[in-house]
Amino acid sequence: MRFLVLLYEDERAWAGLDADGRAEVFRQHDAFSAAVAAHGCTIAGGEGLASVDAATTIRRHGDDVTVTDGPFAETAEQLGGFYLVDAPDLDVVSELVRLLPEYTIEIRPTIEV
Amino acid sequence: MTSGGAPVTGGPRAGRAASAAGSRPTPHAAGAGTPVPVTPDAVADDVADAVERAWREHWSPVLGLLIGQFGRPDLAEDGLADAFVAAARRWPEDGVPSSPGAWLLTAGRRRVLDRLRAEAVHRRKEPLMVVDERTRALAAETTDPGAHVSDDRLRLVFACCHPALAPEARIALTLRFVAGLATPEIARLLLVQESTMAARLTRAKKRLAASGIPFATPPPERLDERLDVVATVLYLVFTAAYHPTDEPDPLRTALGDEAIRLVRVLDALLPGRPVVRALLALLLLQHSRRDARLDDAGALVLLPDQDRGRWHADEIAEGVAVLRSVLPGAGQAEEYRLQALVAAEHATAPTPDATRWDVVADLYAELEALTGSPVVRLARAVAVAEAAGPEAGLALLDGLDAALPTHHRVPSVRGELLARAGRPAEAAASFRAALALVHNPVERRHLEGRLAATGP
Repeated sequence: MRFLVLLYEDERAWAGLDADGRAEVFRQHDAFSAAVAAHGCTIAGGEGLASVDAATTIRRHGDDVTVTDGPFAETAEQLGGFYLVDAPDLDVVSELVRLLPEYTIEIRPTIEV
Repeated sequence: MTSGGAPVTGGPRAGRAASAAGSRPTPHAAGAGTPVPVTPDAVADDVADAVERAWREHWSPVLGLLIGQFGRPDLAEDGLADAFVAAARRWPEDGVPSSPGAWLLTAGRRRVLDRLRAEAVHRRKEPLMVVDERTRALAAETTDPGAHVSDDRLRLVFACCHPALAPEARIALTLRFVAGLATPEIARLLLVQESTMAARLTRAKKRLAASGIPFATPPPERLDERLDVVATVLYLVFTAAYHPTDEPDPLRTALGDEAIRLVRVLDALLPGRPVVRALLALLLLQHSRRDARLDDAGALVLLPDQDRGRWHADEIAEGVAVLRSVLPGAGQAEEYRLQALVAAEHATAPTPDATRWDVVADLYAELEALTGSPVVRLARAVAVAEAAGPEAGLALLDGLDAALPTHHRVPSVRGELLARAGRPAEAAASFRAALALVHNPVERRHLEGRLAATGP
């Protein structure tokens, strides 16, 4: 199964980190990647995202297109990055993401078409 | 065994009670409860008993195998329900098969396959529940659920009680998939509309298949925390049996029996787990008092006024014995153990006056330290009042109104203790406050009686 792992956090948390703090975040992401491989799973993709200041939201209704600056939803925690993981089931993914830094994490299976 | 002719199963007997009470007949209720007219009554009864027994023994094991093979909880459930309807129709004519489980498994498979073919025509692609290859192969090979079922049954329990499901979905799924109750029965037991329950079950089944929840027992390092979730669900199933109702409801007594049966199954599948053992002891001890809880008019009888001769001594003895096998521990197991110790104190006191209230109060103090629960504090206040007088109990009620603002038992207990402390005016005010919060008719009547006895 393929799962999209969405990482949400308060952007100020990252902004407030010093060099050591950021190094620790990277270390935890590396540990996650290593554990994914060790469990025979694969990371099919993944990126960290620029802050929501850089987001653009486009809504189309018929021929009517509106473009607004900012994210889809204004919330305290924002989508900050994602992984696309191939893993046998939800329990395996839930176990692996425990290695990531403190985020609110949403796990969504993709659908097979 | 229950006395008074109450049914002892939660399955088709309960279904029969449900249809007799005028609810919409369910497939298995109609199948199990309606004798086939062409055969003599005695034979029909025998066959109906055989279908009932098959329901009880084979519903969840066969369902587990069907889900294991096809990965489709929705189709497995529909297919098996149909297989039981077919059994109720065919067995009176063809005779009860020598292996009812194998018959039901074969019939269930055929019906799931029919549905899968129908879906293929419509080119729908439904998500499959995650089943690993080995489990799938074993489930597909099995011809008689007698042999391999235990693992699939356990997988079914863990899937229904998966933490990724909403708590109310876990209970509904467990009652449907593991206990085999029909949707209208579950709705009645959990006090929700039938349409609400049907929608909840549909959503839960969809989620079970779509969200990646595995049909698997958790790995050893997660087993304890997952067992805690399972235990919570089974405890809630049990407490649903004790929602006070206006009239005695055989289905509820049956549900209490069913919850205990499920905990026993779990205990047999995963022997020696403290949380399961402690829960079993707790349920046995609480359930042992069921026949003394209501009087003939259906009014609630409080513990000190209960006829202890109507308590089930054999169950108390078993509960106490099971409890002895559980060592002091931590977390949920310890919570259940302490609660069971309290229940054992009550159950083994020969008379209400002989209750060791100091021991009970100490147990509640431990339980409160462990859980921080205001409900436990309330119970502790009652015990302390019994051990050290009403004023000592009243002191422990301070702050509880803020913690439990909608809980009628806080003013109700306060009223009781004030009455005992010789403060009738304040007691009456507290009973009135409790009456403003109480919803349950049985408890309302009790409070009205207390208010009247306290005087204006």
